[in-house]
Amino acid sequence: MRSQALAALRAIRPPMTVISDDEGLKPFETDAFIAHRETPMLAVLPDDEAQVRQVVKACHALGVPVVSRGAGTGISGGAIPHRDGVLLVLSKMRRIDEVNALARTATVEPGVRNLQVSEAVAHLGLFYAPDPSSQSICSIGGNVAENSGGVHCLKYGLTTHNLLAVRAIDADGDVIDAGSLALDAPGYDLLALLTGSEGNLGVITRVTVRLLPLPERTETLLAAFPSVRQAAEAVGEIIGAGIIPAALEMMDRIVIEACERFMAMGFPTGAEALLLAEVDGGKEEAGEALEAVSAILARCGASEVRVAADSVERERLWKSRKGAFTALATILPDYYTIDGTIPRRCLPEVLAEITRLSAEYGMTVGNVFHAGDGNIHPCIFYDAGKPGELERSEEFGGRILELCVAVGGTITGEHGVGIEKLRQMCVQFRAPELAAFHDVKRAFDPDSILNPGKAVPTLKRCAEWGGTHMRAGRMPHADIPRF
Amino acid sequence: MDESFIVALCERLRDHAARKAALRIRGGGSKDFYGQDCSGESVDMAPYAGIVAYEPKELVVTVRAGTRIAELEDALAAERQMLAFDPPHFGVGATVGGAVATGLSGPRRPYAGSVRDFVLGTRVVNGKGEDLSFGGRVIKNVAGYDVSRLMTGALGTLGVITEISFKVLPRPALEATLIFEWSEDEANVQANRWAGQPLPLSATAWHDGKLRVRLSGAPTAVAAAKAKMGGDQIDAGDYWAQLREHRLAFFSANRPLWRVCVPQTAAPITTAHAQLVEWGGGLRWVSGDLDPMNIRSTAERLGGHATLFRGGDKAIGVFQPLPAALMKIHRRLKDAFDPAGILNPGRMYDF
Repeated sequence: MRSQALAALRAIRPPMTVISDDEGLKPFETDAFIAHRETPMLAVLPDDEAQVRQVVKACHALGVPVVSRGAGTGISGGAIPHRDGVLLVLSKMRRIDEVNALARTATVEPGVRNLQVSEAVAHLGLFYAPDPSSQSICSIGGNVAENSGGVHCLKYGLTTHNLLAVRAIDADGDVIDAGSLALDAPGYDLLALLTGSEGNLGVITRVTVRLLPLPERTETLLAAFPSVRQAAEAVGEIIGAGIIPAALEMMDRIVIEACERFMAMGFPTGAEALLLAEVDGGKEEAGEALEAVSAILARCGASEVRVAADSVERERLWKSRKGAFTALATILPDYYTIDGTIPRRCLPEVLAEITRLSAEYGMTVGNVFHAGDGNIHPCIFYDAGKPGELERSEEFGGRILELCVAVGGTITGEHGVGIEKLRQMCVQFRAPELAAFHDVKRAFDPDSILNPGKAVPTLKRCAEWGGTHMRAGRMPHADIPRF
Repeated sequence: MDESFIVALCERLRDHAARKAALRIRGGGSKDFYGQDCSGESVDMAPYAGIVAYEPKELVVTVRAGTRIAELEDALAAERQMLAFDPPHFGVGATVGGAVATGLSGPRRPYAGSVRDFVLGTRVVNGKGEDLSFGGRVIKNVAGYDVSRLMTGALGTLGVITEISFKVLPRPALEATLIFEWSEDEANVQANRWAGQPLPLSATAWHDGKLRVRLSGAPTAVAAAKAKMGGDQIDAGDYWAQLREHRLAFFSANRPLWRVCVPQTAAPITTAHAQLVEWGGGLRWVSGDLDPMNIRSTAERLGGHATLFRGGDKAIGVFQPLPAALMKIHRRLKDAFDPAGILNPGRMYDF
């Protein structure tokens, strides 16, 4: 099969980069879900859409799996290669095709980096809102495939809210133009299906994003609280007062202390929680919101509130949030980031339960998360050098995700399912719903050649996992490979 | 109303699927006019009504599909919140399920988002009589394919929507309307220029040589925007609601009404027929006996599509035909969710 696939890919005209040697394939063996790796049978780096279509058609004809990959920054393993498959790397397709200032749109190839879009349109007073923390390196195609979020989702939405049109190549090699440059499109909302489909429904070759006006004024506040509960209440009060902040981020004591050690931010040492709030918009709007938010923070018991006087100070306050993950690495070099969403009112209870689990597993957890939309990112620290620690951290993470489902939330707010959360999909969804997902996949990919085995578990797998509830540290059927 | 409604609905759908007997899903009947005609025994969703959960501080509400839109809007208004996609009712009985199934958004749409942007989760019964839940009641959720948004605007052809969770937003503190005497072209260009600036726009409408612009937000923000934009402030009364509900004089003519959705910056459509332009140029209502082929090719050339919204001869096809590759996916999705073809058959396309 390998030689047949290689011949078919090399026959594509004009020729593109085809990688077939072990040394060349090695760098592609994982994405940012580094705990798992697999070497692809072959890798290709097409230069344009026509080549992508030919690759998909050739692979379909041979029944060879195709795994798409952008910048490889995904942290749920969505772009981990298939050992008998072709890895379709879209990083060479990185042209910004068109920017229309009046229409506030940019049409780009999938390999264009997220931040590159905002940088290319800043002189027009516009920006592209979704800003995952990897925005300086992650690519738009991957953002669409994962429906990426970021710190400004509460006000500006996820990727799905900021797209007008996506072109994808389905498993037949047909061009699927979903959405349109108009505000709605006829027929079913295939744009919504493709967004967040983790490479299972099509290979994204072109994306038209919606651009927004840069806010005239941005105000950033940092508040220290003596308890997580008070910080969580402040979040509810701000939103209850009719204010939709651009960002509302929270960090717990473990993270605060790590940031303090790493960056010497000068935070009050006794704080149990820090809340970073940002309000933006027109001059007057942002000014009014700043006053209202300051008052609420004080009323909810903040021991200290700092307001950034200028953009330098704003950068400094954001440094604590954006640098949090780097700072956390000073605790232990290895950590596993969880991505659940919960109804915000459950925040204190869920954090308390995570603390209890942390004691049960004897593993430290730091919490840094998007408090405004209830998207929590507990980081579990482990030592990869100790046998069994990685597996224990993954099991612990699974317990946290099941807790999220139990309180009415979800197992992934923005990182995707990939291979990481396949087990928890069986907890969140019942068999008929999972069957419906497989039906959706078949509509785009009848022979399951696109990223097979990712994002949606098979019903058989769920049955083997026995409903997947792991109790007392014992997984059912520990002999079955987990992913 | 309890789970027995859903249980009975599932049974009924299974029975109809076995007999391949068509069903026509109906809420308040306010949007019966929309889409292709379809026949079949009626599934009355109006009794399955009520707010299941509403947490204002979470910005999330979950409602049963038969809930009247007006009732939900009142409940939200009591907490100074709203459905930001501004759904048209088109009748007192209009239900939330119908608003989602038709996927129609109102004047606020270009600035706040569309129905699907605010749908967080749905509970649906598919054509096999299975009770399914997709999405959730939280704002951020990427687990599984986005079937909730697929159901939005699918005109009931993929499933009977029984419950919906929406993201809701705070009501603006103040709304004001400005008016400008401009040609359509000037109005569209200016509306797009404004949309590229941080201004609190919430609706536009151009007809009879006048552009009306609504501003929504904090009083100081609205005042600053007025100063920047110029024009004359008018007391709009219930103009925007009348526009949304198609009760303005423009809509009263007994002629076919075309809904032409194009990029907001598309050039004006040259036609002798009366036009009303919404959505900052993105939605052009054209009233009259238009040549269907002509308006469809014009819309397509401009990057959009044309729907025969009300009246006229539906035999020509209410919705713009889809390219073959898209139609292939549509048919497969229909076959997957409703293999017996019993749900609103023919309401959207010929399946």
